[in-house]
Amino acid sequence: MVKIKEPENNVKLPLSRPIIGVAGKTGLWRTMRPIVNNEKCTSCFQCEIYCPVNVIRVEPKLGVTIDYDYCKGCGICEDVCPRSAIIMIPEIGE
Amino acid sequence: MSESQVKPPLPYSARDVVLPGDASCHGCPIPIALKVLSAVFGEKMILVIPACCTSVIVGTYPGQSLKASIIHVPFASAAAVASGVAQALKMRGISDVQVVAWAGDGGTADIGMATVSGAAERNEDIFYIMYDNEAYMNTGIQRSSSTPRGAWTTTTPILGKGENKKDVAKVLIAHNVPYVATASIGYPHDLYSKLQRAKNIHGFKYIQIHAPCPTGWRFDPKYTVKIAKLAVETGFWILYEYYNGKLIISGPSRPLLDSSKRKPIEEYLKLQGRFRTITPEIINSINEYIESNWSWIKKLM
Ligand SMILES: Cc1ncc(C[n+]2csc(CCOP(=O)(O)OP(=O)(O)O)c2C)c(N)n1
Ligand code: SF4
Ligand code: SF4
Ligand code: SF4
Ligand SMILES: [Mg+2]
Repeated sequence: MVKIKEPENNVKLPLSRPIIGVAGKTGLWRTMRPIVNNEKCTSCFQCEIYCPVNVIRVEPKLGVTIDYDYCKGCGICEDVCPRSAIIMIPEIGE
Repeated sequence: MSESQVKPPLPYSARDVVLPGDASCHGCPIPIALKVLSAVFGEKMILVIPACCTSVIVGTYPGQSLKASIIHVPFASAAAVASGVAQALKMRGISDVQVVAWAGDGGTADIGMATVSGAAERNEDIFYIMYDNEAYMNTGIQRSSSTPRGAWTTTTPILGKGENKKDVAKVLIAHNVPYVATASIGYPHDLYSKLQRAKNIHGFKYIQIHAPCPTGWRFDPKYTVKIAKLAVETGFWILYEYYNGKLIISGPSRPLLDSSKRKPIEEYLKLQGRFRTITPEIINSINEYIESNWSWIKKLM
C-alpha cells in the first residue's frame, strides 16, 4: 500500500486504514469455544487455512494457537480437522 | 495430509492481509476466499468492490479489515472502474499492483453484467472475481439469476426458485477472454494455483468462486467448507479452467467425469435449510441440469 499524505488545511480525506477488529472484539460473539488438543495435531494446516477470521496459527514445533479475542466460534476448524484435534465446548467466558 | 508435512499448503503471506475482527457472519465463506487472494498478491492489490456483503465485511470508514487498497463503487460499475484503474496504473508505469474487481453474484450475473461484458470485450487487463453465494445476501437473501433451482429465498418463499442457475462462466467463455475458471472456497489450493496461473496472462481474467453462505442457505456455520466440497463431489459445481481455447477439468472434479463417482445430490441438498421443501420432481430436474452441464464440459475438453 502507498502512504498518502493528509492535506494540511484540516481537510480529512475519506480514506480508511487497515485495523484489527474493524467490527469490534468479535470474540464476544462466541457461544462455542474451539479447544485444541496439540497431542493429536499433525500440523496439517487445514484449520489455519479455512478459519474465516484468520485467528489460527499452526506452528509445527509450538502447536496450534487461537486468538480468542477475535475467534467467532463458527466451528469450521473443528469440522475440517482430520484428527479431531479441535473440539467445540460451550463458552463460559473468561 | 501426510504427517510429515510441516509447511503450509499456502504461503505464509495468507496470514497478513485479512485482519481478524471483520463484520462477516459466523462461518462466512468470503474471508476464506480473500485469504487465498492475499496469498497470491499480498498487499499489492486494489480491490474494486460494488455493494455486497464484502463491502460491509471489510468496512468502509475509518477502518477496514484488509491490508490492501479498496475502492468501494456503486453497483454495475465495478468492471468499468477496475478497467479505468488498470489503465491509469499502466500509464503511470506501475506494473506490480493487481487490479481485482471483486463482486457478488447479484452484482455480476444481474446488475453488473453490462460492464462485465464491456470490460471482457475490451480485454481489459484485470481480474474479475465473482464470489457466488447464490443470492443477494447483503439485503436479506433475495433470489439472483445465480440462485439454483429449488432454493428458498425471501423472494421465492413458497416453491423455491423455478429456474436453473445462470452460468456466468459460460457467458464469459463466449466472450473469448484469455482466462476463465471456476473455483470453490472448499478448495483453497486449487483457487491458489488458478490465480497463480492467471496472473501471468495479459487481459481479462474471470474466476467464479462458489461460496456457501450459512446465513442465506440456512445451515450450521461449521459446515461452510463441507458444503462447498459436497457441491463439487456431487458434480453440482464443476471446477475447471478455460484458456487457449481449451477446457481443463481441475483435480477435484476430474474423477467425476464418470457419473458413478459422484455423490448423490441429496447429500448436498439435505444439509441446507433453503432446500427443506424441495420435491422429488425438482431433485430430478437438478440431476438433469447437472448432467447437461457435464455434457457441455465434455464437448469443450
Ligand atoms: C443501485 C443499487 N441498488 C440496490 C442496492 C442495494 N444492495 C446492496 S448490496 C445488494 C445485494 C448484492 O448481492 P450480491 O451481489 O449477490 O452480493 P452479496 O450481498 O450476496 O454478497 C443490494 C441489492 C444498492 N446498494 N445500489
Ligand atoms: S471457531 Fe471459527 S473463528 Fe474460531 S478459530 Fe475456529 S474456524 Fe476460526
Ligand atoms: S486441522 Fe487439526 S491436525 Fe490439522 S493443524 Fe489444525 S488442529 Fe492440527
Ligand atoms: S450473509 Fe453470507 S456471505 Fe454475507 S456476510 Fe453473512 S455469511 Fe457471509
Ligand atoms: Mg450474492
